[in-house]
Amino acid sequence: MTVAHDPSPKFQEYAHPEVLVSAEWLAEHINDADLRIVESDEDVLLYEVGHIPGSVKIDWHTDLNDDTVRDYVGSADFKALMERSGIRRDTTVVIYGDKSNWWAAYALWVFKLFGHEDVRLLDGAREAWTNAGYNLTREATEVEPSEYPLVLRDDKTLRAFRDDVLAHFGKPLLDIRSPQEYSGERTHMPDYPQEGALRAGHIPSAVSVPWARAVNTDQTFKPRAELSSIYEGEKGLKSSDEVIAYCRIGERSSHSWFVLKYLLGFENVRNYDGSWTEWGSLVGVPIVKGEEPGLAPVAK
Amino acid sequence: MSVNSSATSLQEDFRDASVKDRLNLLLEFSENLPELPSRYADHPDLLERVEECQSPIFLFVEVQDDKVELFFSAPPEAPTTRGFASILHELLNGGSVAEVLAVDDDFADTLGLAEAVSPLRLRGMRAMLFRIKRQVREKATN
Repeated sequence: MTVAHDPSPKFQEYAHPEVLVSAEWLAEHINDADLRIVESDEDVLLYEVGHIPGSVKIDWHTDLNDDTVRDYVGSADFKALMERSGIRRDTTVVIYGDKSNWWAAYALWVFKLFGHEDVRLLDGAREAWTNAGYNLTREATEVEPSEYPLVLRDDKTLRAFRDDVLAHFGKPLLDIRSPQEYSGERTHMPDYPQEGALRAGHIPSAVSVPWARAVNTDQTFKPRAELSSIYEGEKGLKSSDEVIAYCRIGERSSHSWFVLKYLLGFENVRNYDGSWTEWGSLVGVPIVKGEEPGLAPVAK
Repeated sequence: MSVNSSATSLQEDFRDASVKDRLNLLLEFSENLPELPSRYADHPDLLERVEECQSPIFLFVEVQDDKVELFFSAPPEAPTTRGFASILHELLNGGSVAEVLAVDDDFADTLGLAEAVSPLRLRGMRAMLFRIKRQVREKATN
């Protein structure tokens, strides 16, 4: 059973209004048996410090990534994760987290790789809840394990690999990292040197739209008209374009992927999760330095 | 307690706990990180930023009469980083220069935390220890 959508007027303007909820809506539906709230943070301890009552934690390192291969969990591990989180295939999942929902958007993207139908984000991230005056709790959430089917991960529709990027040249690429990372001034994001690469710069022809341009200062998404004026106006992207977005390991670009796909209604947008930590260390691939996108090489 | 016996006791406390309890133990450490004394709280410029950590954390080392004192500052919304700092405070604070410099560079990997927080995140604690030792070396020779 799908839980009713949040009717907030702001959301109705987006291409897919059903993918966002407000703190007020969440507070109203918090005890709904068909809803599961998930917290997904950069900081692995933040959930323990205090979480939305009834929520469960899903951590990107320890739950969503395979611990050996650089890849996401497979079908069996995803099924087990859903079952211990009390999520059925038809459960409505609302995800929220720290850092403007970076990891929440990343988790949502992984849910979508497994085709989970109804996944939404809390607009305004973790702080939306406390800003609205609601309390966090330290009380452990009692989860009744659910049953979840074994589903194949779809790596084609929403995910791009490096060979897909090489074949994509000539079509739009979106780099959502900081201007310094884009120009090649630094090999890593400010403050994140452990996720560096051997070369600095960007993928040829990629346009730069730092992820934060999509959010207001309170971490809520900007209204549709403002988003449209950035991505479609200023950068000239069209909702019919095939777009690949990337960052450094794919989490900030999940956030921009979410904006393009659900808020602006781009039909065909993929996230290249290998991102700069892969591209910037690959032997022989083309790279452009400086503030200009540069020319697209011939697609392979 | 000497630095050496602190190390052993920390290792035992963490390793004897289940993976989930290790996270709770880290949370306890995080909450017990001592506040900065006003001489540093009022002068954030004196503190060194640990750039390897994803969350903003600053540290400062004092060496007086061969005794090492540590000061940390990290925001409450970064409990993991605060926990790492607090463990190092427990381990090193009050130790002698020789004791601090003798601590295993791989100490962060000996607590069984990799499973609980992931190896990538643990790099932050390694980097803090590295910077502490460097400051101790610089200040001990002055």
